[in-house]
Amino acid sequence: MNENLQRYTFAVLAHVALVLAWYLFVKLGDVPQFVMPSPGATLEALLEPDYGWWTNAAVTATEIFGGYFLALVVGVGLALVFTWSKALESFFMPLLVSLNMIPKVALGPLIIVWFKYGIVPNSIMAFSICVFPILLTTARGLRETEPELLDLVRSLKGSRWQLFTKVQLPGALPYIFAGMKVGAILAVAGAVVGEFLGSDKGLGYLMLQVQVTLDTPAMFMAVILITLIGMALYGIVLGLERWLVVKDARLA
Amino acid sequence: MQPFIHLKAVRKVYRSGKTEHLAISDATFDVMPGELVSLVGPSGCGKSTLLKILAGLHGHDGGELQIGTAEHSFDPSRDVGMVFQAPLLLKWRRILENVLLPAEILGLPMGEARERARALLALVGLTGYEAKYPYELSGGMQQRAAIARALVHDPKLVLMDEPFGALDALTREKMNLELLRIWKESKKTIVFVTHGISEAVFLGTRVVVFTAGPAKMADNFVIDLPHPRTLDMKTHPRFGEYTRRIYRLLGME
Repeated sequence: MNENLQRYTFAVLAHVALVLAWYLFVKLGDVPQFVMPSPGATLEALLEPDYGWWTNAAVTATEIFGGYFLALVVGVGLALVFTWSKALESFFMPLLVSLNMIPKVALGPLIIVWFKYGIVPNSIMAFSICVFPILLTTARGLRETEPELLDLVRSLKGSRWQLFTKVQLPGALPYIFAGMKVGAILAVAGAVVGEFLGSDKGLGYLMLQVQVTLDTPAMFMAVILITLIGMALYGIVLGLERWLVVKDARLA
Repeated sequence: MQPFIHLKAVRKVYRSGKTEHLAISDATFDVMPGELVSLVGPSGCGKSTLLKILAGLHGHDGGELQIGTAEHSFDPSRDVGMVFQAPLLLKWRRILENVLLPAEILGLPMGEARERARALLALVGLTGYEAKYPYELSGGMQQRAAIARALVHDPKLVLMDEPFGALDALTREKMNLELLRIWKESKKTIVFVTHGISEAVFLGTRVVVFTAGPAKMADNFVIDLPHPRTLDMKTHPRFGEYTRRIYRLLGME
């Protein structure tokens, strides 16, 4: 407990120190506000009602969470199908590895052509960028089941579903979470890039708007809010992992 | 009395493409109800394959295989318990829940199964560890839990594939004694695969010796040593004769 308290204290201190360093750099270096605003000026940007902070933040959060959730369902679902059929896996896995090499950002203009712009295409952008790590790690995790454990279940004439729910899925969870953590970071990037490429709402859109007027404090604020949304998602994933995966089984 | 397991000229061929690999050329032996039979032989001699055939995981390609008698019926899905070289406990389940896995798969009434699991954990000497996770237990203790798991659905036949092979020598001796005690109390028929010659003689009521490439049964004899077995029996002259007999068969003398 004491050790935990110490860790949290250090974590908070590190962040406070960063903000302090930022403040001192701007103050002592006499940095102009359009290059780098002070922490205070950045906070003040929130007071500008025209920027629709909360609507834009909600839009971006919806894209990130929506795309991420879809990637989770599709990624785990496909990986499951692959464990059931060797043929499907041999056919699709190399294809998916190739598709994974496509820089998803390059799909942006196409996604806009296909889905117009707005929340849906940006969610798809987030989805496309984070589905692969989730799918690949889940497939890997499901394959990791010891063959003797499969024998054990088969010797009891257990069903495929029992094998999946009782042995394979829980065994793959550490891998799934490793993919989910990578995916969480990518989903945020995907949604914001989507907004850069074409949208009329969201924090990424807002950043492009205020860039024109060199409102750097607002750009800083937008970056901070995007980061906070990402941290919320990451925190949820970490919390779930802590809840679902026994300490010893977690992958670092 | 009729044998519980009857094998006559059982063959097993693995085919991959056009090449055939004869894994077992001729396995012929009987196991009486309540016996603990050791299958001994070098690694890769098909002992494990034979165990998988007995477990119903693999078919065989010739010969007769009969498990169960009119008196001792055998249901292939319910009457097999398996223990492997690694404990293979599910890391995310507590020990008690690990032991309950076969009962869950078979859909047995969980209240009774839970009671049975507790009793079995007591039998293997793990009272007080029900709520621990596997990583909190030593290798030997994990293997005890694996034995309890193999017994929870009250199978008539327990198949053990080098269950103590990964343990250190001292723990292994201790587990041998434990296994004999568990066998005595649970009255199961046990087929025990090992490449430990002295282990095979010490545990078995009978030893079946296999030679490698392809697995061929080389010998099958009763171990005439009194029960319960104790560690000093390892210095008994007959114990030495039995182990020498096996060494000779395996071409190590």
